[in-house]
Amino acid sequence: MPESKYDAVIIGAGPAGLTAGIYCARRQLSTLIIAKSLGGQAALASEVENWPGIKSISGFELMNNFKEQTDKLGVKYNFNEVNKIEKTDDGFIIKTNKDEIEAKAVILSFGLTPRDLGVPGEEKLKGRGVTYCAICDGPLYKGKTVAVVGGGNSALEAAQYLSKIAEKVYLLNQSDKFNVEPYLMDEINSIENLESYCFTKITEIKGENKVESIIIEDARDGVEAREIFVNGVFIEIGHQPKTGWLKDFIDLNEKGEIIIDGSNKTTVEGIFAAGDCTNTEYKQIIIAAGEGAKAALQAYKYIVAKEGRSLRPDWGKCKTVEKEEVGKKLNK
Amino acid sequence: MSGVLLTDANFEEEVLNSETPVLVDFFAAWCGPCRLQGPIVEELAGEIGDKAKIGKLDVDASPQTAQKYGIMSIPTIMIFKSGEPVQTLIGLQTKEGLSDEINKVI
Repeated sequence: MPESKYDAVIIGAGPAGLTAGIYCARRQLSTLIIAKSLGGQAALASEVENWPGIKSISGFELMNNFKEQTDKLGVKYNFNEVNKIEKTDDGFIIKTNKDEIEAKAVILSFGLTPRDLGVPGEEKLKGRGVTYCAICDGPLYKGKTVAVVGGGNSALEAAQYLSKIAEKVYLLNQSDKFNVEPYLMDEINSIENLESYCFTKITEIKGENKVESIIIEDARDGVEAREIFVNGVFIEIGHQPKTGWLKDFIDLNEKGEIIIDGSNKTTVEGIFAAGDCTNTEYKQIIIAAGEGAKAALQAYKYIVAKEGRSLRPDWGKCKTVEKEEVGKKLNK
Repeated sequence: MSGVLLTDANFEEEVLNSETPVLVDFFAAWCGPCRLQGPIVEELAGEIGDKAKIGKLDVDASPQTAQKYGIMSIPTIMIFKSGEPVQTLIGLQTKEGLSDEINKVI
């Protein structure tokens, strides 16, 4: 049976969560990371060229390096989904879809989640033709017909990428124009197997066990509903923090981001947050990583203060030495 | 026992004609989460003994099988019993979760 009691529980395994894991473990906190996947959005970047010290690396490789570092430090993993956090007398209980874990401090670092379209059929057909990641699932649509939904950069990039794999790509945008650089639009318009439409709204995704078709209508007047046969629907309408489950517990801003102060404290004592799910500006890997480190150090400080211990510095090798032992060594 | 490498060529013999239930991990080399799922499935293969068979199938190398079972997202894990798929799990799965699912059909 896995342990169910930790000093620090980190929710999310992107740059913020993994860095928090490294910092917690280096401070000798028993640490568990609960996450649905590894690397978050960063893992999907085909190339990262702004992580200092490394000229270029794939996002997944970079995140895997972070994870290997946590493994080496003894950080444990649980790949379930967290549904609830409850405050107890001496800490928190984190409830997942499968188990319950106790923690002295919690770090929320679960980043952003792709926004749902919110139409009938979407939920049922997720992973069965409805997808939110062109580079993850695109290669499975060789020779098929797909629809890409969205009007921004990520939708156009997905459509461009898929046009090289799929037989036919429909790019469907609900608003009046695509919100992208003109050069990208020119590129899109020159792709032969790609058709793009504005004022086009999907009202339903149909299919028994997998996506078979979509129903579209004119976004201006809601008429002219018609059915298009597609094998896949790629939804690229942005990302949002999935914080609804926290709203009665922790203060969020109008975007649903977790409000933190300069030391990564949330409005609940003992719960810290870091990275893209917070109100920190700039959603960048290095910023998320830095925030994760800060949150971990604050969590450490919080636990130590609560237990009446003294803080230890983070110098050199991460094994700490007890005071008595230092004394003995000096007396030799 | 480690996982069996499945292909379009041996799928019928190894999975559909298997006497024990078979758990199949559909994966691809380019899929990030698959690289996390792989070791989890291998670990399960080491623990399950001969009550069930654990296999993995590269969807790029064996597209016919992937197509036949409508694999639209990976990792997808399917459990087969007596030649029929009895469970489909999409996305990264934990070892405990997989163990529960396979034990239901053993």
